[in-house]
Amino acid sequence: MKLNVNGQALAANVPGDMPLLWVLRDHLNLTGTKYGCGIGQCGACTVHLDGAPVRACLTPAAEAVGKKVLTIEGAADTPRGRAVQAAWEKLNVVQCGYCQSGQIMSAIALIESNPVPTELDIDAAMAGNICRCATYQRIRAAILEAAAAPRG
Amino acid sequence: MESIDSKGIVNLSRRQFMQGGAALTLGILLGRALPAQAAAAAAPAAEPAAYVRIGADNSVTIIAQHLEMGQGTYTGLATLLADEMDAAWSQVRMEGAPADAARYGNRKMGGMQGTGGSTAMANSWETMRRAGAAARAMLVAAAAKQWDVPRGTITVREGVVLHDPSGRRANFGELAAAAARESVPERLFLKNPHEFTLIGKPLARIDNRDKVTGAARYTQDVKLPGMLVALVQHAPRFGAKVASFDDKAARRVKGVVEVVQIPSGVAVLAGDFWSARRGRDALRVKWDESAAFALSSRDIYARYRELAKQPGTVARQDGDADAALAGAAKKLQVGYEFPFLAHAAMEPLNCVIRLDSGGCEAWNGEQLQSVDQAALAELFGLPPERVKINMLYAGGSFGRRANPASDYVLECGHIVKALAGGALGGRPVKLVWTREDDMRAGYYRPAYVHALEAGLDAQGKIVAWKHRIVGQGILASSPFKARVQDGIDPTVVKGAYNLPYGFGTQRVDVHMPELPVPVLWWRSVASSHNAYAVETFLDQIAAAAGRDPADLRLELLAGRERHLAVLRLVLEKADWTKPLAQGAPGDKRGRGLALHESFDSVVAQVAEVSIKADGSFTVDRVVCAVDCGLAINPDVVRAQMEGGIGYGLSAALSGAITFNKGRVDQSNFDNYTVLRMPQMPKVDVHIVPSAAAPTGVGEPGLPPIAPAVANALAQAGAKRITSLPIKLA
Ligand code: FES
Ligand code: FES
Repeated sequence: MKLNVNGQALAANVPGDMPLLWVLRDHLNLTGTKYGCGIGQCGACTVHLDGAPVRACLTPAAEAVGKKVLTIEGAADTPRGRAVQAAWEKLNVVQCGYCQSGQIMSAIALIESNPVPTELDIDAAMAGNICRCATYQRIRAAILEAAAAPRG
Repeated sequence: MESIDSKGIVNLSRRQFMQGGAALTLGILLGRALPAQAAAAAAPAAEPAAYVRIGADNSVTIIAQHLEMGQGTYTGLATLLADEMDAAWSQVRMEGAPADAARYGNRKMGGMQGTGGSTAMANSWETMRRAGAAARAMLVAAAAKQWDVPRGTITVREGVVLHDPSGRRANFGELAAAAARESVPERLFLKNPHEFTLIGKPLARIDNRDKVTGAARYTQDVKLPGMLVALVQHAPRFGAKVASFDDKAARRVKGVVEVVQIPSGVAVLAGDFWSARRGRDALRVKWDESAAFALSSRDIYARYRELAKQPGTVARQDGDADAALAGAAKKLQVGYEFPFLAHAAMEPLNCVIRLDSGGCEAWNGEQLQSVDQAALAELFGLPPERVKINMLYAGGSFGRRANPASDYVLECGHIVKALAGGALGGRPVKLVWTREDDMRAGYYRPAYVHALEAGLDAQGKIVAWKHRIVGQGILASSPFKARVQDGIDPTVVKGAYNLPYGFGTQRVDVHMPELPVPVLWWRSVASSHNAYAVETFLDQIAAAAGRDPADLRLELLAGRERHLAVLRLVLEKADWTKPLAQGAPGDKRGRGLALHESFDSVVAQVAEVSIKADGSFTVDRVVCAVDCGLAINPDVVRAQMEGGIGYGLSAALSGAITFNKGRVDQSNFDNYTVLRMPQMPKVDVHIVPSAAAPTGVGEPGLPPIAPAVANALAQAGAKRITSLPIKLA
């Protein structure tokens, strides 16, 4: 199976029904995308497929063929991704960090589709991403900060 | 500057040279009394522990003796050492310490190596600063020799050693080799608080970059050559045993390489998680459930409620509470029920172990090195020093990874042991618990039933206070049960038998029934339920006496200046004396207060809630005040208060593990719901300025939140909540 991940053509010898999460983690050594629940409840596995956020634990790898997969490892390749990461660092969002790849991928997708989100927009868009360390207040603030950051 | 002797600090550089390692390495020989057990396990003559290494590349590597599981330990440890050393924040790196209690034992945990009880900063406050001061002195001595100038004319700023009169300068890396030939000075100078450059500043977390780029390495991310992934089919009920199993279909799943029986179930091994998962789905296990746990939550509560009617083992007795109660002008009583809770850290449990002729090597978000090392050593018949443990980042823990029974670590060990000698022997194994395993295979915050009574005199003053607690003791049901003294398990009564309030008389007693449900400390341990019982009952008393809940507490805390300062700060910041702003039309608003001391820190919170017309409610804002001694990093302290509030609120709103004839009802985040972003209140944290030695911050933010919210709901007109999670209707 051939996949386009973070702009690179990669091949994996896996069955098509293997969830993208495990192809990324166990076969392509891209371990930034995390396993948290396996049933689409926590968002730790969030990646982008052709720009849209999806739960990699529920996405069969075959569905990603022919599409562009973006993971946390490629997040810094776009200005928006860098702005989000910078805001996360500036506001010391992370605690254990385990949910944060997914949070950041959801946040980037939100700002891509809604460049000036309100707090309510943020709550709605991020409700699918659990953080057991409860960094939510800082995530909200960091998204507002990243959205306000100059483009470039 | 404060001058102290440098006893115990050792220059380890020569040993490091022999290994072709770094330039200057300093260690500390901890001249402390180890408990008999740890001392016996220690190497014959304790070797100094390496605490800091300065590389020729100008890096300063700090060897962390405590786990980073989100609470900011790495940042705190680095701050302490880097400040005394005058290192630049950007040159500091962290490395996890190996398992070696003789060198890295936690003095706040009786010398055992581990992270818990919010002790990391209190344990490291002196040692890390001393190591930093010694390194600085040796760098200065080396520079003084090289430049032939008096030491006193040399200064150090942000990783650069300077001689201002001549304009000479060198970075740490350039001086490290020369510094390594210096001996440790006999006297060290520690800074006075006003000289700190990093301590007390809101420095950026040292793990930020790793964690926003996905580069941070957790146990889940470990991949070793030849590694197999194992999933275990666990018993459907605690105490059930494997009767037989049929693995034909499992072995036919592509990628599955082996199926082995272990004490806790049957393990399926494959080259990757998904194949192991499919293999486990295809496995058929018959369980012998004849001796299995078969109670339902209802039965447990009923049994506990009966016990709550009878006197228990006395944990605290001041005066004659019974007599005072009998003579009281007004009597109040209440009963509470608290459910079992799952830790449900974001990273489900996992562990990697390799066993070969060289010994055993483990990779783990390691929270209790001494215990896990001893357990693996015993399992494999190895001396403890041949069990190497690599401490990786943990994706949360909240107590779960510090298990005196080493459950999941030993489970992984058993799988490795079952493979040893066979064709797959020597292959590293990564045990992965699915979220369902993590939620169902045990170790919960115990369920409790409380019964409280109070007596007031004619003026409304509390003259009698009785508090009875019924539930499993955590130490009492662990291999540490010898630490339970006189039948009183602190993991049950802390936060109830050591209250700061001046009640006229009081009696706290406890029943600790045994139950086959495995239990463990859960963020803030006993305070997670005791604070709720005490603080909501106090509000009930205030209401009955027609008193303001804040005034009542101010009076009960007379003479407790530290507590009073925290309480006054939170009241001021929450505008307690002003009316609460109105909410949306139809909303009923309320404000509630709670205060609690735990892990030597004092925290008070005011929660503001809105009850909607349909009976649902929101927690809108929480004002929090904390005294945790000197705040090494105020922003990390704030983050821990926010996190404790969010984690505690999650449990208060919906956390409950329940049993149906011994089976756990919950399995994943769809039916064990947790706090999500829309439910997170705005949190404002205020820190009481302090120069006292640092106390805990990882846990103390949690206990006040649930009672503050319940008190706010009552103030908004809801009935008093006596059973958690909170249900209003
Ligand atoms: S792991 Fe995919 S949503 Fe939780
Ligand atoms: S930072 Fe720990 S789960 Fe979000």
